Amino acid sequence: MPERTIRVMVAKPGLDGHDRGARILARCFRDAGFEVVYTGCHQTPEQIAAAAVQEDVDLVGLSCLSGAHRALFPRVVELLREKGAADITVIGGGIIPEQDIPLLREAGIKAVFTPGASLESIVEWINSNIKPH
Amino acid sequence: MDATIKKICAGDVRMASRLIRDIEDKIPEAKAKIKKLYAHTGKSFIIGITGAPGAGKSTLTDALIEQLRKKNKTVGVLAVDPTSPFTGGAILGDRIRMQRHAEDAGVFVRSLATRGALGGLSQSVGNAIHVMEAMGKDIIIVETVGIGQQEIDIINHAHSVAVVLVPGMGDEIQTMKAGLMEIADVFVINKANRAGAMQLHTELEGMLNLSSKATDGWKPPVVMVGDAFEPQTFAADTAALTNKIEEHQLYLQESGKLTERMHRKAMTEIHDALRDSLFEPIVNSLTTSGEMKRFAEKIKNRKTDPYTVAEEIAQRFFKHQEEK
Amino acid sequence: MYFSKETLEASEKLSRKSSDEVQKALKNHPEQKKRFSTVSDAEIKRLYTPDDIKDINFAEDIGVPGEFPYLRGNQVTGYRGRYWTFRMFSGMGSARDTNARWKMLLREGQTGLSTAFDFPTLMGYDSDSPKSLGEVGKCGVAIDTLEDFLELMEGIPLADVTTSMTINPPATILWAMYCAAADIKGVPLSRIGGTIQNDMLKEFIAQKTFMCPPEPSVKLISDTVEFGTKYVPRWNTISISGYHIREAGSTAVQELAFTLRDGIEYVEDVVRRKGLNVDDFATRLSFFFNSHSDFFEEICKMRAARRMWAKIMRDRFHAKDPRSLWLRFHTQTAGCSLTAQQPYNNVVRTTVQALAAVLGGTQSLHTNSLDEVLCLPSEHAVEIALRTQQILAEETGVANTIDPLAGSYFIESLTNEMEEKAWDYIQKIDDMGGMVAAIGKGFPQMEISEAAYRFQRQLDAGEKTMIGVNKYATDSTHPIPLVDIEEKVGEEQMRRLKDVRRKRDNKAVKKSLDDIRNACKKEDNVMPCCIEAVKNLATLQEICDVYREVYGEYRDPGLY
Repeated sequence: MPERTIRVMVAKPGLDGHDRGARILARCFRDAGFEVVYTGCHQTPEQIAAAAVQEDVDLVGLSCLSGAHRALFPRVVELLREKGAADITVIGGGIIPEQDIPLLREAGIKAVFTPGASLESIVEWINSNIKPH
Repeated sequence: MDATIKKICAGDVRMASRLIRDIEDKIPEAKAKIKKLYAHTGKSFIIGITGAPGAGKSTLTDALIEQLRKKNKTVGVLAVDPTSPFTGGAILGDRIRMQRHAEDAGVFVRSLATRGALGGLSQSVGNAIHVMEAMGKDIIIVETVGIGQQEIDIINHAHSVAVVLVPGMGDEIQTMKAGLMEIADVFVINKANRAGAMQLHTELEGMLNLSSKATDGWKPPVVMVGDAFEPQTFAADTAALTNKIEEHQLYLQESGKLTERMHRKAMTEIHDALRDSLFEPIVNSLTTSGEMKRFAEKIKNRKTDPYTVAEEIAQRFFKHQEEK
Repeated sequence: MYFSKETLEASEKLSRKSSDEVQKALKNHPEQKKRFSTVSDAEIKRLYTPDDIKDINFAEDIGVPGEFPYLRGNQVTGYRGRYWTFRMFSGMGSARDTNARWKMLLREGQTGLSTAFDFPTLMGYDSDSPKSLGEVGKCGVAIDTLEDFLELMEGIPLADVTTSMTINPPATILWAMYCAAADIKGVPLSRIGGTIQNDMLKEFIAQKTFMCPPEPSVKLISDTVEFGTKYVPRWNTISISGYHIREAGSTAVQELAFTLRDGIEYVEDVVRRKGLNVDDFATRLSFFFNSHSDFFEEICKMRAARRMWAKIMRDRFHAKDPRSLWLRFHTQTAGCSLTAQQPYNNVVRTTVQALAAVLGGTQSLHTNSLDEVLCLPSEHAVEIALRTQQILAEETGVANTIDPLAGSYFIESLTNEMEEKAWDYIQKIDDMGGMVAAIGKGFPQMEISEAAYRFQRQLDAGEKTMIGVNKYATDSTHPIPLVDIEEKVGEEQMRRLKDVRRKRDNKAVKKSLDDIRNACKKEDNVMPCCIEAVKNLATLQEICDVYREVYGEYRDPGLY
């Protein structure tokens, strides 16, 4: 069986344009050998979920720095489920207070990376948790 | 009918996208699925968009989607980006410009990486087109990477090829060199509000008048498209571009040239399939067994030559086939 | 010559001797790193000597405060006449919440107001737009109509306090609201003072709060400059910002160069489009820089910025009025330098960065609160941040003398070096046909991307240090209380909007929106129509939708 290439999407939901982290991650994922679809800023959860399905990614990484993660992250998971794509893993990062993490995990966000997380730790998480099938 | 095939033919994005992934990842089952799907393909009109990086291909594709949707056409887009030769990874960034169509059920955008294709756009483009055809897309747009000789390979996949040029990039010379003059059915001078646009237009017309195409029944039109930042003129210009492509489609149908192109496309597909079924398995098995290395060693030391090696391999392969 | 022949000879002799000693020392005790560099990755030498600044011409390159080249400051009395303005950026939840925070800050000795708006307001959407889901009141105050704005300004003496508003694509509208509020309160436009950020170029380059394409965005900015020049002379109609460029990961030199080049673009546009004389409006322009962690680099950046702008205004635009040559700037300490880990360390970082800004001669300062990397600042955290400035100003003595680091071999040498590198960038962008053209090519965006990626890689490799993150990390946490904006702010805003839409004169709204549309199409100044429209209770988004319709929408080109 040939080995699959991991495909990930880096997406910025909401209205904040602080894409420094998202863009650094996109480059880092490419350097880690993944195929990366980047959506650009200012995406609605609907746009993100639709794109994730069209692109058949294994993982969606959401980045949000505006505090809107509580509404936006779970909505992406919900929409993927509606589209029969619950197997697409969703992770998130940005300015996310500790106290919000349980809520996000419960809503189906598989991992949350907060400021200071190293690039390697994120790549490592993906390599050990994402098995494309 | 196979359940997957049935779903894809009904337009199921999830299934279609999964199959394209299997094709890209060279999952053996994918080939079988394509076989089953094949009868349902061949009805879409395929547009190729090519031109140098930075020429604005993605923005034009986005505008074409908008224009085609206004005419109630369903659209599939395959956007190809290069794979990094160092890491095997890729950033697929064309989609960003088309994200506003993400929620439109009549539009399906799929990004492909070249994945070190042995020549050609991306090995998967041909089959990915078939998947979108089976979904019933009226129009399929293939946006190429825009670098290198293999760009002209688009002519073997598309019915109509738009070559995008930008004033002031020295494109006209590159175009000649790369053989893009020969494959263009429509020329687009993008960002035509920039200095040098009229000059580029004149030069192109000059070259076109000299080329054999001028007497071929279809002289490629040159369409000027202004800056995307000027919404009103940009919309008008891209509408004009869409009309020109449709005119070309009509021309192909009425002149019988469409059959010629379909024939050429079929030939390419045989080539691709042969490479897939014959060439790659042989190379793969020789590489895994370590024989490839040994052959190379022998050739290097002048103990044999490449032709003898190739004949030996071919004979062995055909014998193996007979036994089977 | 800056130094006498004797000094240079002695310096050379001593340097040679010292260099021999260094070689000996290195054998026994190698230095801690192979290469010493700033946070921007600019290499720093072991020792700076007179030799490094021997070509300086004192009068032309350094001089005195209040005189060209203004390296040492615009004011002849420096901070002895007046401290910098203590201006804390704040805004949260509803207009009422923010108004309460403002009153607290004014009570505690803050001398100017600074408004943070929430993302829907920043992007030109109303609170009830589907795009605003989850965002209302989160990162700042939600403003949909003049009614919200009047509540925000309740009890604030508009003739006495200056207000800064961090607003970009809808700057015309928020400023129109301020003008309308003044009018309603009976304060003449000539008496109100403040700043609108209103710098769109840096949005395309770095912060991505954009709405219309660059060209019409610049046109709207020129409208405000013209209107301010004619009717609101105490208002800074633009704050040309390097802050966000730096936060996006640029180097200090990139921040310096791109910001000044943006300034050039705006001046050119106003002169060309409005036919104003550069001296008529130069004093409407203000700047905004970041103060990052690398202490000396930041000081040099600010000094270089002043000298460069003076040269630009004098030599490129031929300004005659000495005040036109002044680069006046606000500074904010670097948000991106703060860490979520061990958050109390942020107080120390902010203090050092604030000190750099003061030594760099800032006119106004925001000090970040220790919790800003986690949430909106709490009242207690803001108080510590404000006290940091007051301690610097009134206890440490750093404000006693002007530009105290001038003449230092290292400081003057680094200032020169940064200036030179920045001129190179400016030349490059000139060659591309200006900043709008360079943005079209993705040039500044990609330069910043490269720098940001390089820094992150250096951080991951341990070549750069963030205490508590990649060095001295601990598991023990000292939790800090976090401010939480309730989701009900959004509901409340929606209710208010519904109310306004019901009670206002919709015919008058439609007419004033048509007037704005016509002004846009005819390239007239939109400001008078905007003031009329907000008075008629047109919403922020209704006006922005007109802009989007006429000018088109700019979407993220997604360069990486």
